[in-house]
Amino acid sequence: MTTIYILWLRQLKRYVRSRSRMIGSLAQPLLFLVALGFGFGPVFQKAGQGNYMNFLVPGIIGMSIIFSAVFSGMEIIWDRQFGFLKETLVAPVSRFNIMLGRTLGGATMSLMQGLIVFFISMFFGFRPENWYLFPILLLLMLLVALLFTALGTMITCLLEDMQGFQLIVNFLIMPLFFLSGAIFPLTGLPKIMSVISSLDPLAYGIDSFRVILTGSTQFGLHIDVLVLSVVTVIFLSLGSYFFSKIQV
Amino acid sequence: MNIIEVKNLVKKFGDFTAVNDISFDVKKGEIFAFLGPNGAGKSTTIKILTTLLHPTSGKIILNGYNPVSEPNEVRRSFGIVFQDPSLDDELTAWENMEFHGVLYDVPKKLRRERIDYLLNFVDLLDRKDSLVKEFSGGMKRRLEIARGLLHHPKIIFLDEPTLGLDPQTRNHMWNYLKELNKNEGTTIFFTTHYMEEAEKIAQRISVIDHGKIIASGTAVELKEKAGANTLEEAFLKLTGNSIREESTGVEDRMRMHRKAWTGRK
Ligand SMILES: Nc1ncnc2c1ncn2[C@@H]1O[C@H](COP(=O)(O)OP(=O)(O)O)[C@@H](O)[C@H]1O
Ligand SMILES: [Mg+2]
Repeated sequence: MTTIYILWLRQLKRYVRSRSRMIGSLAQPLLFLVALGFGFGPVFQKAGQGNYMNFLVPGIIGMSIIFSAVFSGMEIIWDRQFGFLKETLVAPVSRFNIMLGRTLGGATMSLMQGLIVFFISMFFGFRPENWYLFPILLLLMLLVALLFTALGTMITCLLEDMQGFQLIVNFLIMPLFFLSGAIFPLTGLPKIMSVISSLDPLAYGIDSFRVILTGSTQFGLHIDVLVLSVVTVIFLSLGSYFFSKIQV
Repeated sequence: MNIIEVKNLVKKFGDFTAVNDISFDVKKGEIFAFLGPNGAGKSTTIKILTTLLHPTSGKIILNGYNPVSEPNEVRRSFGIVFQDPSLDDELTAWENMEFHGVLYDVPKKLRRERIDYLLNFVDLLDRKDSLVKEFSGGMKRRLEIARGLLHHPKIIFLDEPTLGLDPQTRNHMWNYLKELNKNEGTTIFFTTHYMEEAEKIAQRISVIDHGKIIASGTAVELKEKAGANTLEEAFLKLTGNSIREESTGVEDRMRMHRKAWTGRK
């Protein structure tokens, strides 16, 4: 327990101390919110799809979570490079707990990023449908954050070098984001695209945010929660297995 | 009784053999040194003993356990001061100590006492709340040493502990370790390429060069064996070269460089 706590605390301290990183990682979701929100708003409305900002906000919350979660999972690369990883690897505690502490820390940070985006979106006129469902939204955001932090950790344990980093961003996170239904509805897509989207865990995450925030859904909340939980458990297990095999 | 037993240990990186079929024992409660030039295979051996690397072949028993199949038991048996940096730069000195103390389950009261004592001991108490990234190289090294002494395991590994350390802290450190050795029977395993240090501190020495153990024994035995007056001379006679020769050649540096850019392997 204390192992998990101290690793969680470390991630959090690092996050709070690097304000520039925090602000930097808010720039992208904000840009998407403003450019897409105001740019596509009128078209969306004319097509009879309703208020685009309401559609977009859950997607951008998902975007900020997936990016910060995968990146924080991948922080292991830096710890390896700067040597701190050794300190945790020789410690007489289970590597599963180390991995869990790190993942919870990364997920907490990503949850906070998502919350900041949520509150910023209120300045653009966004209002959630039901405030009393807010605690459930928090849990769902945490679940999505856990899933993608675990994914980041898992990938990093398999990466041989730093060059892989950019590849992951371009060929994994970006497609996951664009195919998740974050910025356009998944209804009426070509068959192949909707099949791919239904394999994207972020699609279920964003769908669950939409249920809570706007009341609309693609898959249904129970399916969302089921998929997110199962995938999180799988990623956590695989991640801790790979982590337990790390050598320096 | 032997607390460490190593038989026919081999470690290859690709087709390069860093540790070439070495065997040695360390007795319980002993102060033991690996003496050898840069690139001899000292750190690699320590990494294998401390579960950070898997051996290519060979048999190892540490405190009765096998580092490959029983890593958790092995990790409960030792503490280590690494040769390379291993601090978290974005935490303060105190936080780095606290983190270590919690991981090693040092009870809170004792932990807080020792942290203050050890930070004072390496002259960093007044900087305890500074971020490590603001520290100089020497200060970081001192913090690594202090952290390594925070818990009291059965075996302490120190990989080139005095490299980049000022003479005062060096003396302090050895006095502390000798006390620990005497009072708690702690086994101490260190590596060095300083003759004086090996001779003065270690009860037994293994001379290692190019991945091979050339000779083992007390400083006196080594000198007798080589028919030499000083350990320096003995080393020269046993290995055929002087330890001060920079044995890390171009090829070696290239390999390390590649490693830094391509990660593990
Ligand atoms: N991860 C690695 N990959 C490739 N070569 C390595 C690696 N680690 C060490 N070596 C090589 O193994 C040899 C022994 O290194 P090391 O054990 O660090 O020596 P020492 O600690 O005695 O100076 C050196 O030639 C070094 O370049
Ligand atoms: Mg070394």
